[in-house]
Amino acid sequence: MTQWSGYLGLILQGALVTIELTLMGSVLALIMAFLAGMGRVSRFFIIRALATTYIEFFRGTSIFVQLFWAYFVLPFAGLSLTPLQAGVLALGLNVGAYAAEVVRGAILSVGREQYEACTALNLGRWQGMRHVILPQALLVMLPTFGNNAIELLKATSVVSLISLADLTFQAQVVRSQTGSTLMPFLSVLVIYFALALVISWGIRTLERRMARGLDGVRV
Amino acid sequence: MPAPIIKVDAISKSFGAFKVLDGLSMQVMPGEKLALIGPSGSGKTTILRILMTLEKIDGGHIQVDGEQLYHLERNGQLLPADERHLARMRQKIGMVFQLFNLFPHKCVMDNVTLAPMLTKGVARAAAEKRAMELLDMVGLADKAKAMPAQLSGGQKQRVAIARALALSPKIMLFDEVTSALDPELVEEVLNVMRKLAAETDMTMLLVTHEMGFAHDFADRVLFFDRGRIVEEGKPDEIFRHPKQERTQSFLKKIIAAGHRV
Repeated sequence: MTQWSGYLGLILQGALVTIELTLMGSVLALIMAFLAGMGRVSRFFIIRALATTYIEFFRGTSIFVQLFWAYFVLPFAGLSLTPLQAGVLALGLNVGAYAAEVVRGAILSVGREQYEACTALNLGRWQGMRHVILPQALLVMLPTFGNNAIELLKATSVVSLISLADLTFQAQVVRSQTGSTLMPFLSVLVIYFALALVISWGIRTLERRMARGLDGVRV
Repeated sequence: MPAPIIKVDAISKSFGAFKVLDGLSMQVMPGEKLALIGPSGSGKTTILRILMTLEKIDGGHIQVDGEQLYHLERNGQLLPADERHLARMRQKIGMVFQLFNLFPHKCVMDNVTLAPMLTKGVARAAAEKRAMELLDMVGLADKAKAMPAQLSGGQKQRVAIARALALSPKIMLFDEVTSALDPELVEEVLNVMRKLAAETDMTMLLVTHEMGFAHDFADRVLFFDRGRIVEEGKPDEIFRHPKQERTQSFLKKIIAAGHRV
């Protein structure tokens, strides 16, 4: 039993790496989502084209391949990344491409009358976007962002392929050292699920807080 | 005689195959209160939206306050206006919409102060002081902290009027501002507009189906049909003694529908 608690320690270390990857990947994904999502509705063709290219490319190729490129191919171009950096880069760019479409859709979901009110009040395009459209669109984005974050959490397991000691990697280690299959895999199953629950709960809380006052009931 | 503040010259506008404005021309004098009436699809709302730069024109010219709205004058030539010119021209004009178009995520106060702070660089304290005066004028000083969703339709529309006034436009456009309201809420909005007409010298253009109000409020009434002004004149002339047959039949229908004239 004492021996098993030592192995559990290994798995928890892996969980920390997974959390770290999820957080950092999510931040990069969020930045990319807003850049590309707003780029898609830009007035300028070149910005729209760049955003579309990014989105289609990263949605259209496998995250495994993207990770291998980040870790194994980029060094040939003189850019050597640590496994963690490569993991964050691949995850952030990949999930950011999906989330960019969420941003675009949410921006377009805000009614035309809100854009017209901005024009009538002489707000500039960016002023209207920043103060009127995006705050309303954010509420529409949140639930799907929650999905994206959970997808990202689960996708972090691919980094075990470039020898980063995340949750999945550590489970394999424990399995090979103890010969027990059930315990390590059951632990990581529970931990992934618990982490996903935390994300769901966090997003729901955020959603409730942001919706306050909009329906005239809760203030 | 002073120069007109709005000069619309041969404006045409189509939505697809539907010609909504067909060489429309009109002039509005400074301080004039104008009522635009007519059947739906006659172009009265469209000309308001064009004045607010919410629709592009297909042809013609508009002068507002002595300047071209959609064109820039360069070396005697008229070129299409850029966004900067439009933004400058929009400062002269405010608009109130049928469906209020308040910002649902901002409280009443923030709805009113947002544009003055952003577009005119007014400090928050000054913007809020002015907003309180305006909210007081529309009878909603006690609702400054309320969210739009907590207000009745009539209250929302009064906030929307205060919001437009906060930018001190020379010209105010009212697009069927009472059409979406429950009947018992119409009067509170109309009262605010009466007050506005009495206390300010703003030029006001009003698209409405409230014929009784148009009669009392307007200096001049324009009857629109099929993208043109068919008849215009003093309220009494239009409502009591319409000359054109189309005006007569329109008013007859409106009266049959129970509107007071």
